Amino acid sequence: MNERLFGIHGAALTLRSERMGVIASNIANAATPGYKARDIDFNAALDARLANARGSIALGGSDAKLLFRSPTMPSLDGNTVELAREQVAFAENAVAYSATLSFVQGKVNTITRALKGE
Amino acid sequence: MPERTPMTLFSMTTRAMSAQMVRMNTATSNLANAGSVSSTEDGAYRPIRAVFSVELDRASGLAGVTVGSLVRADTAPTKRYDPSHPLADKDGNVFEAPVDETAEMVEIMESARQYQNMVQALQTAKQLMLETLRSQ
Repeated sequence: MNERLFGIHGAALTLRSERMGVIASNIANAATPGYKARDIDFNAALDARLANARGSIALGGSDAKLLFRSPTMPSLDGNTVELAREQVAFAENAVAYSATLSFVQGKVNTITRALKGE
Repeated sequence: MPERTPMTLFSMTTRAMSAQMVRMNTATSNLANAGSVSSTEDGAYRPIRAVFSVELDRASGLAGVTVGSLVRADTAPTKRYDPSHPLADKDGNVFEAPVDETAEMVEIMESARQYQNMVQALQTAKQLMLETLRSQ
C-alpha cells in the first residue's frame, strides 16, 4: 500500500533517514581510536528495498548494508573518519531528504485534493 | 549499561557531546595543573587524557561514543634545581608537572570544534524531522 501510494519515495525517505544516522555516527566518532567510518550504498539499498516490497516480504528492521569507507589517508590510531567528507555527505543527504520529502508531500496533497473533490 | 532503550539520533548526540565535555575537562585540568611542583618524582602531576570508545547500537545501526577510559600520560616530570623552593628535596630539586600547554590548547580547540559539528548535525536532522512532522 505504502509503495503504491508513494512510489519510490517512501522507501527513499526511510533510507535517507537511516543514512543520516550513520553519517552522524561517523561525525560523533571522529576522535575515537580504531573507529571505521561507515556508509550506506544508497542505490543498492533502495533497489534491495523495492525488490523486497514487490516480493511482499514483511520488512523487519533495517536491511541496508553498511559498508566501510576507504580512507584517503589512514590515520595512525586506526580511525578512518575524514570530517570534511562526512560533512559533505551529511549535507548532500540532508538536501536529498528534503527533495524526497517534498515529493511525498506532493503525493499527499494530490490525494487529499482528489478526496475533497476540489 | 542500565539504559536499554534504543539509541536515537538525539541520545547519540547527547552522549557524544558529554564525551567531548569530559575531554575538554581533562584538558583544562591539565592546563590548570601546569607549573605545579612536587618534592618527589612520583608526587608530580601527570597529564590526563580521555580515550574514546565506540558504543554500537545494533538495532538502529547508530554508533555513539563514550569515554572508555582516562589514562595518565607516562611522561617524566621535569626536574628543576631550585634549592630556595619550600618544596625542594634534600638535593635542592623540585619536580614540575610535564604539561604541554600548547598541546592542551589544541586539544581544547579540537574538542570545541567537534562539539560544534555535533550540534550542527543535530540541528539539521532536527529541522528535517520537524519538516516531516509538519507536512500534511
